[in-house]
Amino acid sequence: MTWDADEIMTVTAARSLAGRTSCFVGIGLPSTAANLARRTSNPDLALIYESGAIGAKPTVLPLSIGDGELGETADAVVSVPEIFNYWLQPGRVDVGFLGAAQVDRLGNINTTVIGDYAAPAVRLPGAGGAPEIAASCRETIVIVRHRPRILVDRLAFVTSLGFGDGPGHRAALGLRGRGPIRLITDLGVLEPDPETCELTLASIHPGVTVDEVRAATGWPLAVRADLAVTAPPTPAELTALRSLTRGGSVA
Amino acid sequence: MAELVSLAEGVAELVHDGDTVALEGFTHLIPVAAGQEIIRQGRRGLTLVRMTPDIVYDQLIGAGCAARLVFSWGGNPGVGSLHRFRDAVENAWPGPIEIEEHSHAGMANRYVAGASGLPFAVLRGYVGTDIAKHTTTVSTVTCPFTGEVLTAVAALNPDVAVIHAQRADRRGNVQMWGITGVQKEAVLAARRSLVTVEEIVDELDPRPDAVVLPGWVVSAVAHVPRGAHPSYAQGYYDRDNDYYQAWDPISRDREAFAKWLDEVTA
Repeated sequence: MTWDADEIMTVTAARSLAGRTSCFVGIGLPSTAANLARRTSNPDLALIYESGAIGAKPTVLPLSIGDGELGETADAVVSVPEIFNYWLQPGRVDVGFLGAAQVDRLGNINTTVIGDYAAPAVRLPGAGGAPEIAASCRETIVIVRHRPRILVDRLAFVTSLGFGDGPGHRAALGLRGRGPIRLITDLGVLEPDPETCELTLASIHPGVTVDEVRAATGWPLAVRADLAVTAPPTPAELTALRSLTRGGSVA
Repeated sequence: MAELVSLAEGVAELVHDGDTVALEGFTHLIPVAAGQEIIRQGRRGLTLVRMTPDIVYDQLIGAGCAARLVFSWGGNPGVGSLHRFRDAVENAWPGPIEIEEHSHAGMANRYVAGASGLPFAVLRGYVGTDIAKHTTTVSTVTCPFTGEVLTAVAALNPDVAVIHAQRADRRGNVQMWGITGVQKEAVLAARRSLVTVEEIVDELDPRPDAVVLPGWVVSAVAHVPRGAHPSYAQGYYDRDNDYYQAWDPISRDREAFAKWLDEVTA
């Protein structure tokens, strides 16, 4: 089966959730990947949505973080204050899975504005649940399409913290979670360098060249010595993904 | 005891020019009909508070009802931008709008503090982000027991909270279920409240997991079937995803929006 760039991105992201118990899910690309994980790499994964749905098992892909399907299929539905205070804040969720308008080389996220805050060129939706998801989940995985205007050197506005200014910054701020362990794009996978925290190219998707990835990255991208090529999506993964995104019932 | 009123009476009585108004409902049970009634009655200078100012606030902002917006995520869920909101922030159209923004955890805790009669709430939040630099209602507080420095957010006490629920009885006791968001906290934090409901029943039979607001904490209840459309009311109707898609081209274009506004206010 052939596949497109978005499909290998989503499949790769779903594989990243293997072995995890719980995932706090952002809407959009993260939600598609997390729901695919439940149908492929991790059927028992507890999906948590900020609307208060814990252990949601939607049979169709939700369009919003509060679709009826999420509440009706959940193990429990709690209030919004409870989902943030009791479930997210103490650090009991394994993975926070986030999208972003922009990500910088240290994994910080902007979803607030492009340009000056007081007179923005583009006003984005804002923070939502992301600042505390990025702070309090044990680890964070970020998924974006790989473009120079999305993967930028520095952010004008940090909405959600990755590694901040670099090594030690999260710990100095008292944050409990490890921060972003992986940035998955439609071209490859970036992971933080253990010394510098800078996102470096760990894997490229089949058919993509390192030069293409560099050209689509807003900073001089370092490439890991052990650069891998992402395993192509299997027919089972693609079938599950397509039934999900085409709105078919995949229960 | 809550008064049973028409939607027009409820808005006229409870929502005044210049008020701080919170319409809550987290994707589910959004009080959209009440928002449109506020537009029809021509309220001005409102401070609109809402965690997720989606279509309902895009409409109020485009109609010129808002002077300020207090929020944590402003988008058309699953579709994209709120273009009336963006036009106001980016181009001051139809007028300038002041914004005060938070994270969801911060907004939820602000309502909790307001409902609890406390001046602020404590959380682990905003740390290392640029949000607090632009928002005067985020600060820090030192734990008196451990010395740990934590984030503090100011209580929210709206003049009026407006929510939509599945049912109420004739004494104004309100029952809602499914995803109930932050509505209980919003009503208890507010000085006044208006609840629109799908159905008024003689007797509220108990439901597992339902949130019940006794009539004595609610100012008024209005019977507004489909009052949450295009959002949904679990047990009554589903989310109208097509409406959210169809809103995008209306919201993008000032003329298309003006035409929509004429139809709503006609």
